Amino acid sequence: MERPLTKYITPGSIAYNLEDYKKVGGYAGLKKAMKNMTPAEVTSLVKGSNLLGRGGAGFPTGVKWSLVPMNGDDSKPKYLICNADEMEPGTFKDRYLLEGNPHQLIEGMIISAYAIRAEKAYIFLRWAYKKAEAGLRTAINEAYKAGYLGKNILGSGFNLELHVHSSAGRYICGEETALLNSLEGKRALPRTKPPFPAVSGLFGRPTVVNNVETLSWISHIVENGADWFKGLSLTGTGGTKLYGVSGKVKNPGIWELPLGITMRELLEEHAGGMATGHKFRGALPGGASTDFLIEEHLDVKMDFTTVAAAGSRLGTGTMIVLDDKTCPVAFVHNVERFFALESCGWCTPCREGLPWVEKMLASIEEGTGKMEYLDLLKFNAKYMGPGNTFCAHAPGAAEPLQSGLKYFYDDFVEHITGKKCPWK
Amino acid sequence: MLTEEEKKEIQKEVKQYPYPAVACIDALKIVQQHRGWISDESVKDIAQVLRISSEEVDSVATFYSRIYRKPVGRNVILICDSVSCMIMGYESLYQYISKKLGISFGGTSSDRRFTLLPISCLGDCDNAPVMIINNDHFNRLTIEKIDELLEHYK
Ligand SMILES: Cc1cc2nc3c(=O)[nH]c(=O)nc-3n(C[C@H](O)[C@H](O)[C@H](O)COP(=O)(O)O)c2cc1C
Ligand code: SF4
Repeated sequence: MERPLTKYITPGSIAYNLEDYKKVGGYAGLKKAMKNMTPAEVTSLVKGSNLLGRGGAGFPTGVKWSLVPMNGDDSKPKYLICNADEMEPGTFKDRYLLEGNPHQLIEGMIISAYAIRAEKAYIFLRWAYKKAEAGLRTAINEAYKAGYLGKNILGSGFNLELHVHSSAGRYICGEETALLNSLEGKRALPRTKPPFPAVSGLFGRPTVVNNVETLSWISHIVENGADWFKGLSLTGTGGTKLYGVSGKVKNPGIWELPLGITMRELLEEHAGGMATGHKFRGALPGGASTDFLIEEHLDVKMDFTTVAAAGSRLGTGTMIVLDDKTCPVAFVHNVERFFALESCGWCTPCREGLPWVEKMLASIEEGTGKMEYLDLLKFNAKYMGPGNTFCAHAPGAAEPLQSGLKYFYDDFVEHITGKKCPWK
Repeated sequence: MLTEEEKKEIQKEVKQYPYPAVACIDALKIVQQHRGWISDESVKDIAQVLRISSEEVDSVATFYSRIYRKPVGRNVILICDSVSCMIMGYESLYQYISKKLGISFGGTSSDRRFTLLPISCLGDCDNAPVMIINNDHFNRLTIEKIDELLEHYK
């Protein structure tokens, strides 16, 4: 089984420096792209590979790049941004790649910037990722010295500056248009789309925002081709995926596996099954902003379309397991409190709805909830849903709420009628 | 008044951007690095350097959770209170630390040694529970480890 993204990552040891990375074939993809391919050819290769964005929404990367105007005035800047603001509760995959193999990301970013002819690139990094920050800065310096960054890269005439921007903390910074405002030194409020960032992004210039895992793929695809990439997945979607499991399982962790393995395989073979004395009740398959799946879904293949058909989302591919010793109301309450705190405050269903939801859940958990809260919670979940808000934050918050009510309804009722939490 | 050093560091950031206001978050972080927090006076001083209104600076300062608009202790403990850490028992860690230091979330100990704050997911969920003290990351925490850990922060 191939593990292209994590093959050279050994948890606990330090990441490969430039020399080690080159020894295992690093920067060969960059050389190939710069010497043998035009930017349009790189974009069309990535489009043909069907690489879907790994930041949560699964948008085709090549399609995003092809929206960037290429015939306009190239003298004005265009930007490439790596979204490394990982903050979705239960998500710990980008940290693994950032700490484990910074050169893989940097190489991918240089090729991607070349494809859209961006001369400035930023890594928008979660402030708390100090180890990743130090490793990235060292690797970037090495890349400058080796002539992979800076002016006239590998004699191609292409220039690229790469900066690390450490953020100041807010989940909403990860939303790509809010990220742009934050990079401009403003409050991280999302922007209206259209115009899409590919047309008008940072400082009003064409900008591509891609996730760490997405960009880490680019050098591999350039080197090995689209068919190789497609062949890595079980469902033809393309590639492997970093899958994670947290919660009361025997062996929580992160694994690179073919895209499309089942939840059961992930849970039982890789995470070692449930921890002793704990039973599986359900899981958020891809981070806090995805709908619960339960026992009957365990054979669902974890790729973008299949998880969606089962009523949830692949999201970030990092699963949070709910076990029978954890109160489902407390679980949902915890997640909704997070979303309430992290709302940017722009739209009413999110700014007003989420704190209301949070209060009702708190009171149900404490045993002071009323039956009518259940309908009010459903009402709010509906109004936070797609189409009623400016960005996907509120719809994301609605997902664990609506599915939690659906699958664990009896537990909610028991809290209300019994006037206490059965788990306390 | 900003010190010459602070001004110099801010100007260095300003230079890489199309206009000074872009450096607002950088400037807040620089001043906080030197003083521990952002006072009303610092807000005004930064506004002057960036040539924007102090209300604009404050709108940014109050938006981001890692900019402190109130004084904090010499060390800041950030306990992850997100869902994976909840399942793995952050609450008992919090209660232990809270009792030991005599402060709740948002509080600063009377000797100003520690401020205790909650923080959202730190991306280390397979090693929960997790917390940060200043810039140091700790995982797989148990109550037994806390006393010794805190001893390193004076
Ligand atoms: C509230 C919110 C938070 C987000 N946080 C992140 C994040 O931390 N990292 C990320 O890559 N994408 C995040 N996204 C998704 C981005 O908006 C965007 O779709 C993604 O960065 C695009 O990269 P990709 O096409 O490579 O997936 C978030 C979206 C929303 C609505
Ligand atoms: S949905 Fe929430 S986070 Fe998104 S723009 Fe509206 S208020 Fe802000």
